[in-house]
Parts: sequence; structure tokens; C-alpha cells
Amino acid sequence: MADATFTGALEKDARKIGVFKPETTRLMQLTAENLTCLRGGREVFRDVSFALKSGEALLVTGRNGAGKSSLLRLIAGLVRIASGTLALTGGEAEAAIGEQAHYLGHLDALKPALTVAENLRFWTEFLGPSSGDIEPALAAVDLAPLSDLPAAYLSAGQRRRLSIARLVAVPRALWLLDEPTSALDAASQTRLSDLMRRHLTSGGMIIAATHGAIGLERARELKMGAQ
Amino acid sequence: MTTLVALMLRDMRLAVRVGGGALMGALFFLIVVVMVPFAVGPDLKLLARIGPAILWLGALLASLLALDRLFATDYEDGSLDLMMSAPTPLELTVAAKAIAHWLTTGLPLVVIAPLLGLMLNVEMGSMGWLMLTLLAGTPALTFIGLIGAALSVALRRGGLLLAVLVLPLTIPVLIFGVAAAEAAIAGPTPFGPAFTILCALSLASFVIGPFAAAAALRYGLE
Repeated sequence: MADATFTGALEKDARKIGVFKPETTRLMQLTAENLTCLRGGREVFRDVSFALKSGEALLVTGRNGAGKSSLLRLIAGLVRIASGTLALTGGEAEAAIGEQAHYLGHLDALKPALTVAENLRFWTEFLGPSSGDIEPALAAVDLAPLSDLPAAYLSAGQRRRLSIARLVAVPRALWLLDEPTSALDAASQTRLSDLMRRHLTSGGMIIAATHGAIGLERARELKMGAQ
Repeated sequence: MTTLVALMLRDMRLAVRVGGGALMGALFFLIVVVMVPFAVGPDLKLLARIGPAILWLGALLASLLALDRLFATDYEDGSLDLMMSAPTPLELTVAAKAIAHWLTTGLPLVVIAPLLGLMLNVEMGSMGWLMLTLLAGTPALTFIGLIGAALSVALRRGGLLLAVLVLPLTIPVLIFGVAAAEAAIAGPTPFGPAFTILCALSLASFVIGPFAAAAALRYGLE
């Protein structure tokens, strides 16, 4: 019973959809030192270091196979760190980095048999806590008119937008975006840039692996495979 | 808790909508059981004697049928990545998926078993007991199979590996399931001991299965 009221209080929390608000005004910082990644016994990259503070974005660039995706998966906790350290300070002390991060990979994590709204509602409930209201998130990626359509009928760009809606619906500090603009048309790319800027101004962090510009002016760049 | 309920509802909705899981298992069960009288011949006494064993064997194979897709679909579309990095412990996530899987594939087998028992000349009076053993034993099959399903995803190998891994582990369930059913139907051994061991197997696999499956999935991270 006490547990239920506590969750209720959390939900009534003044979190506005689409804007990540840190619990406190503390500055968060993600620090990576000399990260090395091994996959299938082969070294993908070694000695990658960077630091990222609240409100900052990092663009990971490099040729194909340089380890951009592996770096994002490693930060999300989906690939083991072979050596080096990765620490997030100022966040929730008990939670792993992956639990405070949104990972947007090449795969959309959508079920074709579920409708647009059902897909998003599931991920908001599963990844929560969130306000539970998915309408603003769907509107933010311009998919509100299609909410009752099974995801099987979506185009590649629409599927991408639906998975981006997940980032908007559940507030999390760190966004790990792997080629976020792939399959998106010009208008959707602009909308994504706006969402990313809003996330940064509200104190979030973004690490994006990309080949082209994604509309973030002040972003720093981390070149992979240059060593 | 809401996250687990959401996951179970989603998996059940998918199983019903896609039609692959729920219906296929029951149909496969039906086909296996229908084939037996053709193979054995129209000897009603023999059928009645081996009936419980055939029903148990059919249920075992049918519950394995859909298991290899339990994690494979989530792995292929990237859902598993999100589940593994979610705040919900992976063990609970995996257990919720297994419960949803049992409700959509195991429970229908229990429900249609009496109908199939008719084809094997199992007495109507005994059918209740048989259903009870299936109800107590099929969760063990799902939770043991869960480990195989996680391993086959972690090792990137398909369906046959699952059967090879899982079937030997289900032998105790089969032994005590059939023993309990036959004790209830024909005697002379008491129903109690075999049935309690069957329940114990289900409960033990309910505890061990999710931990082993979560460990296998984490190992597969590389």
C-alpha cells in the first residue's frame, strides 16, 4: 500500500513530457578513460577517452568498422568493457549507466503485430517511470494520426520516428544514438534536431554516432579509428 | 510490478495475434496424439494403458515447439537490448516472459488434453487427474526450456540445439508426470508422492530457470 502511494507520487512528479529534468540541479558527468573493446576476440578500439557534462553532445565519427556502434553499446552496458573505466557521476548512484540511458540502435525494437500506440505504450511502461501519457510523444514525432495502425505497415522512416518517440516519452539523462538520422526525411531530421536541442538545454547528454551533420552546433567530435 | 505486467500483456497479445505460439502448440499436440493410434493400431486396451504417457510426451514436444522463438524474436528486432539495459532485473523480465509463454502455450495444452484423451481411450473419470498432472508439470517444461531458449540466443544457434539441450533435462518431469497420472488412473502406487515430486520440479525450475536464463543472456553479450 505504501509502495503504491509512493509510485503515485512519482507519477504526479512535475516531469513534462519531452524534457528531461534531473532530480536535483547537480551536474552530471560521464567520464571514459582508456576504454578498450573486444568483440569476437578482435580488438575493435583501444584507449578511447572522453568526458561529457550535462547539456553537452558528443558526435562519434569515423570510418565503417571503426567501433562507433560498439562504443555506444559498451556505454549502454550491452558489450563488456575489456579494460578502462566508465563512470557516470551526479546521476542515480544505484542505477547502472544503461538504466539512465536511452539506446537507439540500428534495430527499432518494434513489434509488427502491435499498433503504433501499443508499441510505444509498452516501452514507456517497461522503461518507466514516466507520466504514462504517450500522446505528446507521438505528436512530437508526428505519428499521432497513425497511432492505431499496426507497426507492420510503417515505412522505415516512420519506424525510426516511433523508436525516437520512446526517448521523448521516458525521461532519461543520456541519449545514445546510433545513426539517428538514417531513413529520416528532411522535416523529420529537423524535428529530431529540435528534440535533441531541447534535451540538451534541459541538462541531458547526447552521444551520437554519425557520418553526417545532425544539426547540433555546439557538439564536440570524437574521431574513432584515428589512433 | 507494472513493468512486468506490461511485458506479460505484450507477449500474450503477440502470441494471440501472431497465431504462431498459442494455436500452433495446441495443433501440434493434437496431431502427435492423433498419429499414435495409427501407429499402434486399434488395440483399445493398449491405447488406454499408454494414453497418459502419450499425452505427456505430446505436451512435452508441443511446449518445446514455440520455445525457441521466446527470445529469438526480441533478439532479432532489438527489444532484448532494451530489456537487458532496463531498470527491471533481467531475472524478473525473463520470468515474466516465461509466465506469459506458459499462459499462451502451456495452459491451452492442459485444456485440450481431455479431448485428446478420448482418442486414446483414457477413461473420462481419470481425465481430471491427468489434467491436474499436466497443470502441475507443464510450468516445469516451460521454465526448463527457458534456459535452452536463452542459450540458443546467446550462442546464436537455432531451434534444434534447443531440443537437444532441453529434452534430456525434462526427463524427470516426464517420469514423475506419467507416474502420477498412471497412479491416479490405474494404481496400485499412490498418487501423492509422484505428484508432490512433480510439483517440486515445477517450483524448483521456477526458481532456477530465470536465473540460469538471465545468466546465459548476459554471457551472450560478449
